[in-house]
Amino acid sequence: MKIFTLLFIVLFSSCSYAQEEDKVIVTPENINYTSEIVVPDLQIPWGMAFLPDASILITEIKGKLLLYKNGIKTEIKNVPTVYARGQGGLLDIALHPKFTETGWIYLTYSSSDGDEKVGNTTLMRAKIKDGALIDKQVLYKGLPNTNKPYHFGSRIVFDDEGYLYFTIGDRGEHFVNPQDVTKDGGKVYRLKDDGSIPEDNPFFNTADAKKAIFSFGHRNQQGMTIHPDTRQIWTNEHGPQGGDEINIIVKGKNYGWPTISYGINYDNTILTDKKEMEGMEQPLYYYIPSIAPSGMAFIDSDKYPGWKGSLLIGSLKFQYLERLELKDNKVVYREKLLADIGRLRNVKIGPDGLIYVAVENKGIVRIVPKK
Amino acid sequence: MKYFIFCLGIYGSIASTSNSVQNGELSKSIERGKDVYTDFCITCHKVNGEGTPKVFPPVAKSDYLKKFQTESIRGVKYGQLGKIRVNDIDYNAAMPDPGLTNEEVADVMNYINNSWGNKISGIVTAEMVKKIAK
Repeated sequence: MKIFTLLFIVLFSSCSYAQEEDKVIVTPENINYTSEIVVPDLQIPWGMAFLPDASILITEIKGKLLLYKNGIKTEIKNVPTVYARGQGGLLDIALHPKFTETGWIYLTYSSSDGDEKVGNTTLMRAKIKDGALIDKQVLYKGLPNTNKPYHFGSRIVFDDEGYLYFTIGDRGEHFVNPQDVTKDGGKVYRLKDDGSIPEDNPFFNTADAKKAIFSFGHRNQQGMTIHPDTRQIWTNEHGPQGGDEINIIVKGKNYGWPTISYGINYDNTILTDKKEMEGMEQPLYYYIPSIAPSGMAFIDSDKYPGWKGSLLIGSLKFQYLERLELKDNKVVYREKLLADIGRLRNVKIGPDGLIYVAVENKGIVRIVPKK
Repeated sequence: MKYFIFCLGIYGSIASTSNSVQNGELSKSIERGKDVYTDFCITCHKVNGEGTPKVFPPVAKSDYLKKFQTESIRGVKYGQLGKIRVNDIDYNAAMPDPGLTNEEVADVMNYINNSWGNKISGIVTAEMVKKIAK
């Protein structure tokens, strides 16, 4: 009877949500591109940033920052010590919007500050001089440090006004952090480039709130980008078992985790029976089963016929790159690129307009259109 | 004869005491190992150790685990890179170094060795893990 009731609820309730059905991903028969390895022999490349001279900065999760220039990999010295446990380590990297003038690079990583059994996500800026980081400044440190080895976030994106956005995952405390704006974790943060907090942040005047919070109710966001036309911040988010999400991030909004979710716990128990609630945002798209999304980019170049405006998302779990076509903020088509390439950790559009992906146990790979 | 039986009795009780001490340690280690498994392994290797088809190998009823205990421990301790063959299927996804202490490696190995129908005899200790080099 219980099962019947549950089934009934599932069947009945599945009718009422914004997304009618999971779009089946298409594996095209004719492939009009090839791929080539640009930077070989990387273990777990996490973040990448393209410098004005066409060299690439790459973070390896174990705590290495690499500069790839003219076919040579150099390790940048004086990188912060990372809390390399579980999903922790050296995470994302981004350049200041006026990098040529300022020289600032931004890094996220998990740090311990003494007790190496615990950690949380940290945002730092620094400059590179003579192959080493200098002028290191910690701009934000998620608190408290805990021994939970997962859900650190973390991506960094700048908007057109020069504000910096970054993510911290729920740090394995989903009933404690994401719904509480006085706590770190499960949030998108917004800062000025020097780490100070914009006064128009949504919780700037809220007593005891973490004033850097821009949106909350998130689980673990490891993909973030800016839409080429609307200039809004888009993220993807690892859900529990089922229920990965694509979201457009709006100031002050609650994205519902863990009160509402389309997924269940990893031990197959039910986390929540609610998929929607007043005052909580619905995802633009959700995945069942989970693909483990990592990295996010829009194709804004004309290099690939018919692909301009498509959204790209990496799948760690199924080891491909996903190309999504959108219409009126709805996913209308999903296509599999680079099938079986390996755990795909990150995707960016390079200064040459080509798609670059970071693949675990492989390196940085570029997609080249066939002539 | 009486003496012999007496000796046998003493021997028996000593043996069973040391056995139950080890069993006690093992069951405590398995209990701690379950938490480690839930925190580090479950998303890929799944709640019943079945893994993710084609991507992440099973740790339940795995011939690799049975045949290659030392290599299995090494993989948990340092991460697993490169191709491995489990139950006649090749896997080639990188498993990052999870950053566990030797105690945690021993605990999670004991949990895996004694769960989901796995019955690998003996206890893995932190001392044993310590000795395994990269």
